[in-house]
Amino acid sequence: MMTEGLIVNHYEAVAVILSGIGLTNLLLQRNLIKKIIGLNIMDTAVYLFLAAKGYVAGRAAPIIQNGVTAAEAYVNPIPSVTAFALSLTLRLYEAYGTLNIDEAFARMRAERRREEGRS
Amino acid sequence: MTEMVGALAYNVPFFSIFLALLAAIAAPLLPRASRAAERMTLAVILLVGAMSAHLLADLAATGRSFTFMMGHFPAPWGNELRAGPLEALLALVFCVSMGLSLLGNTGSTEEDISKERRYLYFVMINLLLSSLLALVYTNDIFTAYVFIEINTIAACAIVAAKDCSETIRAALRYLVMSLVGSGLVLISICLIYDLTGHLLMQHMHASIAELISAGRHTRSLTVSLVLMTVGLAIKSALYPFGSWLPDAHGNATNASSAILSGLVLKGHIFLIVKIFYRVFGTDAVRLLHIDSVLLIFGLAAMIMGSLNALRQTNLKRMIAWSSVAQVGYIFLGIGLNTAVGVAAACLHIIVHAIVKPMLFTAAGGLISASMHNKELHALKGAFYRNRWAGVGLISGVCSMIGIPTFAGFASKLSLALASFESPAILQGLLALALSTLLNALYYVPAAITILTPQAQAAPSLRAPKPAHSLSYSVAMTAFLALNFFLGLFYNPVMRVIERGLSVLG
Repeated sequence: MMTEGLIVNHYEAVAVILSGIGLTNLLLQRNLIKKIIGLNIMDTAVYLFLAAKGYVAGRAAPIIQNGVTAAEAYVNPIPSVTAFALSLTLRLYEAYGTLNIDEAFARMRAERRREEGRS
Repeated sequence: MTEMVGALAYNVPFFSIFLALLAAIAAPLLPRASRAAERMTLAVILLVGAMSAHLLADLAATGRSFTFMMGHFPAPWGNELRAGPLEALLALVFCVSMGLSLLGNTGSTEEDISKERRYLYFVMINLLLSSLLALVYTNDIFTAYVFIEINTIAACAIVAAKDCSETIRAALRYLVMSLVGSGLVLISICLIYDLTGHLLMQHMHASIAELISAGRHTRSLTVSLVLMTVGLAIKSALYPFGSWLPDAHGNATNASSAILSGLVLKGHIFLIVKIFYRVFGTDAVRLLHIDSVLLIFGLAAMIMGSLNALRQTNLKRMIAWSSVAQVGYIFLGIGLNTAVGVAAACLHIIVHAIVKPMLFTAAGGLISASMHNKELHALKGAFYRNRWAGVGLISGVCSMIGIPTFAGFASKLSLALASFESPAILQGLLALALSTLLNALYYVPAAITILTPQAQAAPSLRAPKPAHSLSYSVAMTAFLALNFFLGLFYNPVMRVIERGLSVLG
């Protein structure tokens, strides 16, 4: 029963696994570039899920030419988020010389301690 | 329904969002050397605020609501906005709070953000305003997702606007947590869309009610509601998910801290309320036990936020941690899942949207009068160096503790009364009492510190600079007036909220 459901819905199953991989990477990777790659995997999994759910064999794309209905106006904000995350990462790298978020944190603390020592 | 609302009021939701988006696009085109972008942003906020007030006046008296069709496709295919008394009230409060936060912190914004890049800050502020208005008004859950993403980018950008290594790190952390949150929301939207075949809230509601009464797909519905709630709880910094907040709010420039604490969290909390009322329905939420889970998280947040605030020696971080506790209050009301409980939560959203920006603005004034040192010990006697800020901080403190005649009293009273009418009476009242005590434990010493005259002030501190400009005193006066207004005349506000909630479902 369980495996049968997984085989019938294999696209959805893959999407769930992919989004799990993405989420784990996003949360647990300490390297920021890998974190952002995790984010992209997670979002791609969502697209796969949507496509798998929307696809019906033998039917055309749901675009009605002369009719009255239209699908949701679909805006994809993901690329810009990635670009923004990457640019922030670049700034962090300039500031601390590391892509590791823990290391950046340690360096920040050391910096703060030095400042406190001075004042 | 629509012909009963005036033509102007009918178009307010769309034009509010559109105007803010237009202002975001127009800001880079203005002359960059002058303060044109800032003036235009304030003008747009004023205009949107006036339009929201008109809409509120039209809707509040009768408690009507209407939907606005976006584009040429009618429901269930097209995109819709919806406005009722509660939406109009929140839009008005958001505009007032944002305008005053910008006005009161012009000085520190100028210090923290270089002149060539200041127009970009106002691009982000306008985007933030448009996304908040869209979260308030949208009737379409996918539009909500799109504006959550716009909100994420704008909110992280205004944290990173003060260009130092600490804010970049805080912004990056905020961004990662926000993306986890919005990713979960997106997955949840896909699941619900798959189950119901709709994206407009009232149509989703009808399908979900059908599924629940037939007992089908209950597990999938639970999963999607959990994902949605957790995603939005991360964005609204509910306690265990809000670890990004103190860094982001404590390090950003003052205007950003005020806007993030006062407004950005509230947009997402209101979206949770909308999803509970308009998509799932409060009965389904109770059936799936999500409200009880939120209640527990809310109670934990009230205590843990205050305990963490108690440990801070940095004034801005202390105020930031107190936001975590205040978000807990709001989730307590939502978790009670009764009409009075959610109404009290909405009142607390409004109260906190006024009081927290006031506290951040006051803290900013005190800090800049103390050689930009945010540590509490450096703020000794700061009251006498910037009296406007001192008065603001002390009344903010009174409000946060919940002293009568201050705004915080009204919402705490309503929350306590709401707990009385629920099964969670003991937990609710205990947490309220304990949290109030803890609030007093960290806020009162802070107030005493700034009131203690400094025995031998450093020469640079002794000569009080004219730190408060005209805009600072105007903003602070307005904050104080609103604080007292909400503390003394909260009944009409509460009536509008109750009317709005009754037509929300």
